Amino acid sequence: MHSLSPANGPDGLPRAGFPIELSFPSDVSLIEHVVGMVREECAQRQLSARVCNLTVPVALTEALSNAIVYGNGEDRLKQVRLSARLDDQALVLEVTDEGPGFDLDACEIDPTTEENLDREDGRGLFLMRSLMDRVERFTNGGNVVRLTLNRQ
Amino acid sequence: MSFAIRKQGDVCVVDVDGQLIVGNRQELKQKVLDEIERGERRFLVDFSQTGYIDSSGLGVLVSLSKKIREAGGELRLASLNDDLKTLFELTKLDTLFQITNSRETGLASF
Repeated sequence: MHSLSPANGPDGLPRAGFPIELSFPSDVSLIEHVVGMVREECAQRQLSARVCNLTVPVALTEALSNAIVYGNGEDRLKQVRLSARLDDQALVLEVTDEGPGFDLDACEIDPTTEENLDREDGRGLFLMRSLMDRVERFTNGGNVVRLTLNRQ
Repeated sequence: MSFAIRKQGDVCVVDVDGQLIVGNRQELKQKVLDEIERGERRFLVDFSQTGYIDSSGLGVLVSLSKKIREAGGELRLASLNDDLKTLFELTKLDTLFQITNSRETGLASF
C-alpha cells in the first residue's frame, strides 16, 4: 500500500470510492488529509451532512489520533492502517496500529461529570462511543479499533 | 487551517479557520499564551469558519480557559454551527464556556 493514496484496483488505476485501504506513517499532521478522503467518499455516497461534518470526522480523528500517539508512540517508522467500507447496512472504519492494544473499558472515563468537566483529556473514547453505534477493539495483525455506524 | 488573532477594542478575537484538532492545537495554544504574556486578558474565539473539533481541540480550549481565568481574564466562544453545538452539548462543555451566537454578541458581552 502507498502512503496517502487509495489502493489501486486490479487494472492498476486508483480506485474511486469505498472501500478505502490506506497505510501511512504515524504523524498527526496527516490525520486531516486522511479524514478528508473518507469525508469526501461519505459525501459522494449521499450520507447526511451530520455524518459527513461531525460523526465521521470527529470519531475517525479520535481513532487515528489514538493509534498514532498512543499505539505507535508517534514513531514515523510505524504504520497506521485505515480500512473504510460502506454497504447497505453500515459504514465500518477500522484503524490498526502496531501497539500492544488496550482495554477499552479501562480507558473510559465520563468527561461530563462535574469533577471531570474541566479536564483537558479523556474525551476521545467518549466521543467515539457517543457518535458511532459501536466501538470495538481486537487484535488482527495489529491492534484494531473498529467503528461502526449503522445506516438505519 | 489557520489561526488569526485580531484586536477589536480590548478583546482579542481568535478566528479558527479549518479544523481544530490534534495536529494543530499546539499552534493555537501558543498564540493565545503569547497574547496572555503580552498582557491581553479578554479573548473571543470565533468558530464561524471552523470545520470540526476533536477531543484534543476541546482540551486546548479547556486549558486556555483555565490559564486565562488564572490571569484574571475571560475566554468566550462565538458562532458555533449546529454540529459544533452538538459537540459541546455531548461533552457538556456548553456548561463550562460562555457561548454566544455571533461575534458581535460575543464582543458586546464583555
